Amino acid sequence: MMIDPIAVFVLLLGAATPILFAALGELVVERAGVLNLGVEGMMIGGALAGFAAAHATGSPALGFVAAAFAGVALSMIFAFLSLYLLSNQVATGLALTLFGLGLTAMFGKPYEGVKAPAMMAGPLGLNLMIWLGLAMVPVVWWALTRTRPGLILRAVGENHDAAHALGYPVRRVRLGAIAFGGAMAGMGGAYISIATVLQWTEGMTAGAGWIALAIVVFAQWNPWGVLAGAWLFGGVTVLQLRLQAAGVAVPVQLLSMAPYLATILVLVLISARQKFGRSAGGAAPGSLGRPFHALR
Amino acid sequence: MTDIFRAEGLGKTYPGVRANDDISFAVAAGEIHALLGENGAGKSTLVKMIYGLVRPDEGRMIFAGHPHAPADPRAARAAGVAMVFQHFSLFDALTVAENIALGMENPPPRAELSRRIAELSQGYGLPLNPARRIATLSAGERQRVEILRCLLQNPRLLIMDEPTSVLTPQEAEILFATLRQLAERGTAILYISHKLEEIRSHCDRATILRHGKVVGTVDPRAHSAPELAAMMVGAEMRVIDRSGRNPGAMVLAVAGLSTPAGRSEGVALKDVALRLHAGEILGIGGVAGNGQEELLSALSGEIATAPGTVMLESADLSALPPEARRRAGLLSAPEDRLGHAAVPEFSLTENTLLTAGSRQNLIRRGLIDHAAARNFAQSVIRAFDVRTPGPGTAAGALSGGNLQKFVIGREVLGNPRVLVVNQPTWGVDAGAAAAIRQALLDLAAQGAGVIVISQDLDELLELSDRFCALNEGRLSAPRPTEGLSVAEIGLMLGGAHGMEVAHVPA
Repeated sequence: MMIDPIAVFVLLLGAATPILFAALGELVVERAGVLNLGVEGMMIGGALAGFAAAHATGSPALGFVAAAFAGVALSMIFAFLSLYLLSNQVATGLALTLFGLGLTAMFGKPYEGVKAPAMMAGPLGLNLMIWLGLAMVPVVWWALTRTRPGLILRAVGENHDAAHALGYPVRRVRLGAIAFGGAMAGMGGAYISIATVLQWTEGMTAGAGWIALAIVVFAQWNPWGVLAGAWLFGGVTVLQLRLQAAGVAVPVQLLSMAPYLATILVLVLISARQKFGRSAGGAAPGSLGRPFHALR
Repeated sequence: MTDIFRAEGLGKTYPGVRANDDISFAVAAGEIHALLGENGAGKSTLVKMIYGLVRPDEGRMIFAGHPHAPADPRAARAAGVAMVFQHFSLFDALTVAENIALGMENPPPRAELSRRIAELSQGYGLPLNPARRIATLSAGERQRVEILRCLLQNPRLLIMDEPTSVLTPQEAEILFATLRQLAERGTAILYISHKLEEIRSHCDRATILRHGKVVGTVDPRAHSAPELAAMMVGAEMRVIDRSGRNPGAMVLAVAGLSTPAGRSEGVALKDVALRLHAGEILGIGGVAGNGQEELLSALSGEIATAPGTVMLESADLSALPPEARRRAGLLSAPEDRLGHAAVPEFSLTENTLLTAGSRQNLIRRGLIDHAAARNFAQSVIRAFDVRTPGPGTAAGALSGGNLQKFVIGREVLGNPRVLVVNQPTWGVDAGAAAAIRQALLDLAAQGAGVIVISQDLDELLELSDRFCALNEGRLSAPRPTEGLSVAEIGLMLGGAHGMEVAHVPA
């Protein structure tokens, strides 16, 4: 049994792309102090909207644009409820996931069994979305650490009361971050339907949104760590498919579990290191998940 | 002197509270002007209006000859108002330079900003490294960051909200030297505090607030501290009444009490022994972090200890959890009001349930008697003059002093055999502190044993019959407070048990 490392790496890049998009988006949301557990819902929304638009127009590019808008639209429901009506972020995020899954199951019926238009290959035989995803890593890193809007966003996420006291518009900053997260999750979801599976199936994101959430923690809220996490996950996914294809005598179900097990294992290792080791406190934004209410 | 700022008839009402009522006063350029008042007198609301965080309901402000009605803090900063907050408005995970950049409208590029920070901080004698993360700084250094952030904008009015409450005396002296320097350059400083001596020695004028209204503007040097306090509180301060105390039978005996040293922070208790009699107040002094929290935890039941180490009358409580100790009559009030003594998000009624549930019969057959709980909360509020709209208010919404009165009141009204309190008047204004101390004295006069753990030596000398010192987890032998000199206490704190006196690096 031989597994060609280069072929595996190319496949890995593709498998990592949906999670990379979603996790980079969620990273920005969390750095602004908001925990949006609706990533899965926004991804599946993007997957259907992107697939439908690509199918109707014949253009995958327009599909991704539509997916981004669908993700933003779904994220705005979350933003309105959590930022303006001060609903619980965890419950609202979970509801958004369930809402997205149900909504797409209903509206997705006509698209079952339909084929997607072909993606155009980009440089080195990799499609443009893979390149865009890779490019977003340094862009997000640079914007967060080197620009003033990025500094304000981190400040809002670190201590929203202090940011408010200095006169920064906490809710508007968070609204923008949530919209960015929605667009990224939508495009990540559309990558699964348009570029990977090439068709629409109910619930096809299959937990990718949850993996993306886990990877943000795994990455300690650092974009480069997100890239590493997405590659690790993509690598395990591809490897288990290869092992299955190579006929390794391990039950298929066990191999399919591998990426999820790997994620849990990594998360346990990280929290163990925080609890017993040097890096006490961790890198979580100080105001993560706390509702903000300003008294005028 | 010309007035740089003037307020005319400012008013602000919150649901259930008239925070500010017809406030008029003026601050002159180059003066240090104190704003004096009890907790809840409306000082914070007033300065938040000046800084654009809160909009006044009525009245107007004039700043540098122009009407001043900032829509937000950025507008106020643009006009020349800067503010240093009581609870620091800093970002722990960010660097000094980043924090300062966030407080400026148009910060220069990084390198230039770092250079200016280094320059200015040296110029004012407040050295700071711009690349350090806030989380690694001490309270005094954090305040420097806040002050530098203000100074980089060349403010004409600098507001300081209780700046010395977190500083050591040495750090406070440096702060006052800086403020004096600034005032000489023409900056007006509005200085909020309830430390009377500090205001008397450092401020040019003082405007006194009481219940949201201006009592008057005076020269603090021309008045004694008791006179200023009387203006703040509205009546002569109650003089502490120590009479009617005669120690009775022993109620609490602690012997051979040690805690494991395994925990990462804090100090382990080492063979602590003490005896407390009914009707007696035992004061325990010491520098913070010498085992105070551990001692309270071991007595309250948060830490279980070896059999026979904690005896209430004849019952061995050593292994019992807090609730069982409460039922036996051993109550406690920890230092940390928010999060330890009270749940910030819970209403006052719910907070009474946490420690008074069984003693007051607020829980019957597993069900909460809400009417009884509310009544009990109401009685604490009434007996201890807790300023709040009602028992349904969240504990976190109360000011520090009011919550402390509530927390202590909850235990005092719980009719304890023994009450242990840690830092009962920390961060509490003079009026509330006097009320709390009197309540502890009254409790002892009624025959309960009281242990007061505090870093405030004056408080301990005022309250306690006997005094011991906690030093690196060891408790000294008690001494009668009467006739104890400050020098003797100093020795007890630093060098009890024949240990070496702590070395202070030169």
